[in-house]
Amino acid sequence: MMFNADELKKAFMDDIQAAKSEIQLSEVWKKYLGKTGSVQGLMNGIKQVAKEEKKAYGQFVNEVKTWVQEKYDEKKAQIEAFELQQKYEKETIDVTVPVKIRPMGNLHPLTTVKYEMINVFSGMGFEIFEGPEIEDDDHNFTRLNVLKDHPSRDMQDTFWLTEDLLLRTHTSPGQIRVMDSQKPPIKVLVPGKVFRSDSDATHSPMFSQMEGLVVDKHITLCDLQGMLDEFVKGLFSDAAKTRLRPSYFPFTEPSVEVDVSCFKCGGCGCSLCKGTGWIEVLGGGVVNKKVLENCGIDSEEYSGLAFGIGIERIAMLKYGINHMGKLFENDIEFLKQFKA
Amino acid sequence: MKVLLSWLKEYVDIDVTPKELEEKLFSAGLEVEEVVYLGDNIEKIYVGQVTSIEKYEGTHLYICHIDCGEKGHDHLILTGADNVFQGAKVPACLVGAKLPNGMEITPRKMKDMTSYGMLCSGEELGLNKDWYPGADVNGIMILDDDAPVGEDIKTYLELEDYVFDISITANRPDCQSVLGIAREVAAFLGKEIKNPDMSYTCEDRVNEDISVTVVDQDVCPRYLGHYVYDVQYKESPLWMKRRLIAVGHNAINAMVDITNYVLVEIGQPMHAFDLSTLEGSSIVVRRATEGEELITLDEKKRVLDSSNLLICDKVKAVGLAGVMGGLNSEITENTKEVLFESAKFMKDSVRKTARRLGLHSDAAARYEKGIDEYSVECGMARALNLTQTLGVAKISSSHFDVSAGASTERRVIQVETAKVNYVLGIEVPEEEMVRILKNLAFGVELKDGVLTLTVPRYREDIESDQDIAEEVIREYGYDKVVPTFLGEALVTNGGLNGEQSKELSVKNFLCTQGYFEIQTIAMTAKGEFDQFMIPEDAKERKAVEILNPITENLSIMRTFMAPAMVKALENNIKNGQSDLRFFELANIYIPKALPLTEVPDEIKTLCLGASGAEEDFFTMKETLENLAAYNDLTFKYQKGNVPYLHPGRTAEVYCDGEQIGVFGQLRYDIIDSLAIAKDKKADTRIFIAELNYDVLKTKFKEKINYVPESPYAKTSRDISLVVDKKVECGQIIETIEHADELVSKVQLFDIFESEKLGFAKKSMAFNIELASGEKDVTDEMTDEVIGKIVNLLSDVYGAQMRS
Repeated sequence: MMFNADELKKAFMDDIQAAKSEIQLSEVWKKYLGKTGSVQGLMNGIKQVAKEEKKAYGQFVNEVKTWVQEKYDEKKAQIEAFELQQKYEKETIDVTVPVKIRPMGNLHPLTTVKYEMINVFSGMGFEIFEGPEIEDDDHNFTRLNVLKDHPSRDMQDTFWLTEDLLLRTHTSPGQIRVMDSQKPPIKVLVPGKVFRSDSDATHSPMFSQMEGLVVDKHITLCDLQGMLDEFVKGLFSDAAKTRLRPSYFPFTEPSVEVDVSCFKCGGCGCSLCKGTGWIEVLGGGVVNKKVLENCGIDSEEYSGLAFGIGIERIAMLKYGINHMGKLFENDIEFLKQFKA
Repeated sequence: MKVLLSWLKEYVDIDVTPKELEEKLFSAGLEVEEVVYLGDNIEKIYVGQVTSIEKYEGTHLYICHIDCGEKGHDHLILTGADNVFQGAKVPACLVGAKLPNGMEITPRKMKDMTSYGMLCSGEELGLNKDWYPGADVNGIMILDDDAPVGEDIKTYLELEDYVFDISITANRPDCQSVLGIAREVAAFLGKEIKNPDMSYTCEDRVNEDISVTVVDQDVCPRYLGHYVYDVQYKESPLWMKRRLIAVGHNAINAMVDITNYVLVEIGQPMHAFDLSTLEGSSIVVRRATEGEELITLDEKKRVLDSSNLLICDKVKAVGLAGVMGGLNSEITENTKEVLFESAKFMKDSVRKTARRLGLHSDAAARYEKGIDEYSVECGMARALNLTQTLGVAKISSSHFDVSAGASTERRVIQVETAKVNYVLGIEVPEEEMVRILKNLAFGVELKDGVLTLTVPRYREDIESDQDIAEEVIREYGYDKVVPTFLGEALVTNGGLNGEQSKELSVKNFLCTQGYFEIQTIAMTAKGEFDQFMIPEDAKERKAVEILNPITENLSIMRTFMAPAMVKALENNIKNGQSDLRFFELANIYIPKALPLTEVPDEIKTLCLGASGAEEDFFTMKETLENLAAYNDLTFKYQKGNVPYLHPGRTAEVYCDGEQIGVFGQLRYDIIDSLAIAKDKKADTRIFIAELNYDVLKTKFKEKINYVPESPYAKTSRDISLVVDKKVECGQIIETIEHADELVSKVQLFDIFESEKLGFAKKSMAFNIELASGEKDVTDEMTDEVIGKIVNLLSDVYGAQMRS
């Protein structure tokens, strides 16, 4: 006996093609694959089939069922995809509509520059030490070899609090505090606020410095330049170079002013470097033996180098800020430009 | 320090251009701040002779024919000046000439004639009568008969010269003179130094009456005096006047000019006392007595104390030692006898006097940096030499030298060449060191790598191998330094430590909350205490005072941060800004006792400030809560009382039971005192937080503690209750939290006030979470704990539960 399901298949195909939604599809499922559906009906028909044909009939029904199920699954996937697509379309929004936000704040440019400098020196093995802003004569002057009658005390107009206490005029007392508490090898940065009693277009009574100190065996003037070469490369540009020229600080000997090749014109001469190709950025030198000895460090065994950088000056150079006062006005229009 | 090039050339042969000299000075550590060419903007002006002159009828002009020698024998020039005469020699500006005042000469038509040039005055050349006699006459500058016709006026008037303004570092007082600079120039050019003539011959005459006594030798280690007589009151020669003018001095009279000349040339401040004004012909150097008075040469009365060193006669003060002479002993046209002073006063003493009196003279500027013993002698010798050669006075044999054991020996030091190179890090050949140090006038002997150096007397700064290393590299050249990168140093670990990283992280976090970092000045004004309504006896008023403030506004160290923060907000609001969120992390300064006896405490303080339409008490609290959460901390709040904050909107902030700060809304009456537009004041609210960062940072977790998720079941219940309006939410939460150890979290999710609840009542609803680290929390346990909480709230606060 030949079994034939063409009619069922044809009817199923007509129904499933007509189904447009999951609901309609579930009707189709009920009609063919449900308990009372036609495929089940075929299954039930096995009772009327002759015993020897039951196996073939069962096979035939299973093939039909698999075929129907496959077609059904295909259609179901189609409809689901279509409905999801419709949902997406319905939910489509104008992504360009602006939102209300609370603007982000940012660090003060002096902080940003300070950490940039710290980053460069950190890589060279420098730790960071912060000393007190109120110091005594001993740390701020005497042990740095700035003696009582020394004219260089005039270089630093001091705010005095008592005969002995003062607002530190530089971050150099940090050198003394570090050497008092630590033995070589020392590589330390001392960033901080310093105070001097002048106030005009180019000075603020409070400003920030970053002191650097290295004490170890065989530290020389060559190391100072080599290290600062790396520093200016890290801070300004790979092409930056330094130039040393003689200067004077009581706590270093020899003392140098360090110029960096102008990063605006590359050294050809422009308005920033006043036509010289060089910009003065910091002072430094080989640590005066007297300072080492004042801190109980054997100057026969160890030597050191030290430098001091004006953070305001670096910030002004880097960002092209023309007036130091701007840094302390805290004008929001100014501040918000320094997003790092 | 100003130096005239031609003056410098008198002592050293300079065969480089001014530009090259400038560069060489710069690399030797003598920074040239400015080079001024005296003949700047003077061009095509020549010595001319008037060959004929006639009145130009119908005008006020004269028609002149001018002979300029090789620059043309007949220039037709019209002039309005009526001091020109036939045969007169005049500065003739020819067509194309330039003058310092910016004028350029072109052919100029005047009535019917064209003038091909101009005759000029001394003033138009930028000169005064001390540079050229007659330069000040009203009219054309008439030149001497011997002026060579056709010569460039710059040559004739010695204007082809340069003034170098050099900045001298504090360790080189010996360079504060023309001679000092000449010595440096000689060293780097490898030339001989020609010292000024210091010879003189003394007459036999002595004055037995004169006495010189130094009472306070500790501040005046050397005092030389010399008596001169038959003083001629006259002008100095032109060359001397010109040199003084060029470097910024006025020409006064020969006697005074000599002292100024020696000051500039040798670097030794000199003084000339009119002997007749010295009571008892005496000089006594002593400290002033308290309240002693002196009228100085600038005609100002100075009131003195014992820190001021005086030059006195038998009865009165006649000069402030090293700073300025007294008006009472000034040289006048009647002066017949003079006592010259050349002394060493201690720099500290002079500096203090100059500072205290606000009196800054050239003499003081040099003494403050230090005068060496050598220049004291040179100065006197040179002054006497000039006095004699210029015929200003006769030199007696009365010489006084009060010396407190001043050594006249040159110091000898020994330095190993290896140590010099050790400092520098390069190998400077020994013979180079010898050459350099010899050029710098050191006596040099080299044996077995040891330099035995005889130090020039004026180099009191030279002590050690480091000093010698600097001298060597200065001359050898800093460009010979080879950069090395800490070749032999040990490797060290660098970077921010935990506390420093945390600080940056806190700052960055606040930025994400919309806060901008600001930086304000740590000094402030006392007036802020009143503005911020700080009570008379409050701790904020106990501030560290600055003894020498630059202004009253910056006279104390701040004891709290709010005023600077409010000021920053105020300035921005004034500029029309709104929506401001600022923070600052900086020190406040708290004295342990006043007057100050020891170093005050510096407390790092985190200050937040916010203002804007969307800011209120709770937006700031949100930031604080976020800050706490960001650092895994819990903040607690309690109603507080701060003088400058709204009495009903002030909170104290606690962490781990310790108060870390306060925050709240700025008082309206303080807003009222701000410099912002009146109509804006009503809408302006400012919120301020001040947290003690030094305490806060101790609360930060040092490391992350991972706790695995609890395997035990937890439960949660909501309760809703009505209490009196005055009961604080924080109290209720606290009570619930402590009601049972199973309570793990309490969260408010609703709060409102309504008349329906009854008079002055409010409703609050909380979600309470119960958890245990040891066992599951069951429904029975939950019922029991919630029951306990409900009873407790009812007992303590009279709370009624709402269903």
